[in-house]
This record gives sequence, structure tokens and C-alpha cells, in this order.
Amino acid sequence: MSAVPRDLDEALANIADGAMVVVPPDYGGVAMEATRALLRRGIARLHLVTLPASSLQADLLIGAGAVATIETSAVSLGEFGPAPRFTAAILGKTITMKDATCPALYASIQAAEKGVPFIPLRGLIGSDILKHRPDWRVIDNPFGNNDPIVLLPAIKPDFALFHAGMADRFGNVFIGRDRELMTMAHAAARTIATVEKLHDGNLLEDPFLSAGTVPGFYIETVAVAPRGAWPLPLLDHYPADGAHLAEYARLAATAEGFARYLDQHVHARKAA
Amino acid sequence: MPGFLPEELLADVIMRLIGDVRHVAVGNASPIPATAALALRERGGGKPYVSLLGSRRHMFFTDGGRELFDCAGQGRVDVFFLSGGEIDGAGNINLVSIGDYAQPNVRFPGSFGSGYLYYVVPKVILFRVEHSRRTLVPRVSFISAPGGNAENVHRPGGPVALVTNRCLFSFDRTAKRFRLDSVHPGHTVADVIENTGFDFDRPDEVPVTPAPSAETLALMREVVAPQLAEVYPQFAQRVFGLKVAAASSE
Repeated sequence: MSAVPRDLDEALANIADGAMVVVPPDYGGVAMEATRALLRRGIARLHLVTLPASSLQADLLIGAGAVATIETSAVSLGEFGPAPRFTAAILGKTITMKDATCPALYASIQAAEKGVPFIPLRGLIGSDILKHRPDWRVIDNPFGNNDPIVLLPAIKPDFALFHAGMADRFGNVFIGRDRELMTMAHAAARTIATVEKLHDGNLLEDPFLSAGTVPGFYIETVAVAPRGAWPLPLLDHYPADGAHLAEYARLAATAEGFARYLDQHVHARKAA
Repeated sequence: MPGFLPEELLADVIMRLIGDVRHVAVGNASPIPATAALALRERGGGKPYVSLLGSRRHMFFTDGGRELFDCAGQGRVDVFFLSGGEIDGAGNINLVSIGDYAQPNVRFPGSFGSGYLYYVVPKVILFRVEHSRRTLVPRVSFISAPGGNAENVHRPGGPVALVTNRCLFSFDRTAKRFRLDSVHPGHTVADVIENTGFDFDRPDEVPVTPAPSAETLALMREVVAPQLAEVYPQFAQRVFGLKVAAASSE
């Protein structure tokens, strides 16, 4: 239990090549500064699980060759169009894609949260998502009558990685309404959070803030990374940097442009 | 000049399709449905509840992203919207890929919540602005979610309509077929047939989609557009001329 704030690189040190890492959606507190730090370190072969979808973070990691497998309901740049490096990787067959649907990811992560091996979910029957997921099963509802239902195995990530507004010196992290961060922190073996700033005092001692706080019990390390979600938004703090995302979409359309983006905005930023 | 944009007409059509319900949820990449839902809520003085994914202000959920799906699973989401890289005449939607799944020719972002919400939300309104033989196909390459299921499959929900830039189709869940309900101003039935890759039913006389009223247009432009800009700044700028918030300011 050493959740006292660390230097960013030190906080990320335990995320080894090949780790299964769960990350939040575009609007839900993406640890972009940490993602860039992992790329500078040359992280490889990640098994990325998006809860439930991703945008720039997955595209950047995939484009840089850091992802072996992605389990997701979608990767897209939203208003800025398709995610170009994700698309290229699928067409070029350089990553393993495990197509899912949003609630299947939530449910599988919730199964890990509960410590149960699987969880049922409605829907999916008759879809090709199910057809291409040999790890998913259909059973006849044992409490019903001729009622097929899908079973999903628990997803137990090695790490949850996200960015939030603030943490205290006890490693408690305030997430407010972004409760998927709580779910992933409960499910993952270890959780690493970056935050905008440190909070004086103990978040759990405040009756208002404690309800939106991930207890330090679940957090392995915290690092302060101001504007750590940039260029993605951190709701209640700052909006997305639309101009930058448009520039990313333009550059990442080609492998050469993407390499230039990495040089300018990932590798060169260490000194900044 | 008609005095309204195609996006405004489609949002108006969707407002009528939503009807009188308690809870409308709007997912990813759905600015036109979001416009419709927010406009309807304004007109209804706060009814229906609107859950706009990615929004802080227009989203009441406090239990994370899963709450939308839990809520829908209980039957507490009345209307949702889905699109597709391909949509076929049986209401199957494809958000994944074209060609062999293992070696696709085209890859789309992914299925998002469709593999579940299409089954459990009573009124799913399909929208696909581009109405062409490329998007409206005889048979989708990949079924992200089927238009219908066998009798014994739990399926309280499914498609009720498909809105495109050319027309409005309704969906008959028993026949598993689309029916042409109206053609938008400036388009013809011949256009629709020419540009649709699947077979559909139609009455002898196909009405023209009514234009949005001045009241609805004012509501969208003056009240809804600024609300929309939180989640869809690019759309709000392109369609309604709203300035995008400076991203670098705190």
C-alpha cells in the first residue's frame, strides 16, 4: 500500500510489456500524459481493454505498435472521423481484435469486480459479434423455459489506468460521477491514476466527496499530471482540444504523418 | 430554397418518431438524434428525460456508463438510435466490417452498444444520412445486431424506423421489412428506389415529408444548438454556426 504521489514514470514502472490494461472512454478520464509516457518508454504487446470504447488513446497505442490485442466495442475519433491507425492495423492484420459490445465489457468487468467467473447478458443472440467470440457461450436459462442467454467470462485486468481531477496523500482518488473508473479499479489487480492536482486533507473524511472517491485501498500509485487528459477532455475541468484532434486525424491518415505526430507530440514532449 | 437544412429536417422527423415517451437515450456519434431529443425535451418542458452520452449537463446517470445498459435492460429506456456502415432490408445493422471478418476490405469503428440495445429498447430509430446502395444493402457483411430474432429469444426491442437524407421508412417487425412512409422535399420515389439496395414496401401514393415548422427551427437553432455544443462542437458549428469553445482555456 504505497499510494503516495509519485513521479509519472515511476508510477507507471510496474506496467510491463504484455500487461492487460483497462482504460476508460474518450470522455471519461483518459490518462493521455501517462499514455505518452508509456510510449516514450517503449511499452509493447499490451492487451488493451476499453471500457467500453476508445478514441485517441487506443489509436495512438496501436499506431505506435504497443498493442498486441484489443478488446473493445469501438475505436473511433468521434467527430474527427474513423481512427486511422486502428483501421490500418485491422486491415493489415497486425493486431488481434476481440470485437465486443459496450454492455458486454461492462458486465465482464463487473464479474471480475464480484469475483465470479462469468456473468449472463441479454442481447447478442443472432449477432456476428457472438459468432466470432468462441470464449462466449449461450446456455438455456436454468431458471426459465427455452430461454437462450449469453454467458461472458470475467475480464480480470492486470491494471486499470485513468486520469481524474484530484487525489489526496492517502491515495484516495476523486472521480465524481465517472463511476466506470470505480468499476475498473475494483476489477483490476492494480490501479494507477494520474490527477490534475493534490487535495489537502483526506477525501474519505468529507461526506460529500467520499461518495465519489475510489478508496486508496484499490489504488497502487498516483501521479500528478496537470492537463493529463489533453488533448481529450476532462469533464468539469476542460474540453477536448478540437484543433489538436483535427490535426491528429489529418496526420495519422498516413504512416509517415503518424510518425511525425509521435515525434512532435509524444517523444519531444518529455523535455517540455 | 427550403429555408431549413437537411439536418434540421431529419431532426424534425426524428422528433415525431420519438413521440410521447419517458426516457430517450442518445449514444455515440448521433448529433441529429441528439438535436431531436433535446428539442423535444425543451418543447415538453423537461419531458422526456434525455440521456446524452458524453454529456455532463444532459445526463442524469450517476453510476457510470453501465447505468445506461442496466436501465435499458430493465426496460427503462424507451427510445435509442443506431446507425450502420451497412443496413439491410431485414433491419440488420453492420458497424464492424465489409468482406470476410478475418480479412476485411473495410473496417468501421465497432458495434458500440448495438449488440444489446437493439434487443432491449422498445423503439430503436435507425438513422443513416447517406442513402445509397453502398449503405442500404441487400444483406449486411457482418451483423452487429439483427433486425429480429426467433420467437424464443428475449427481444422486447428492435427497429421501428429508418431515417435517411432521402426518406423515412417504417419497419414492420412481423414481416421484417421496411415500408416507405414519406419522401423528403426535393427527392422522389424513383430516387429512393434507385438508391436503395434492398426491397421495401410502399403505398401507391407516397407523401412528402412535412417541413419543420418555424417554431421547431427556432427551437433547434436558438435553444438546442448551444446545448448540443457540449458534446458535438463540430456539428454545432457546421450546422448551426456556433463557435467552438477554445480548448486551451480552463
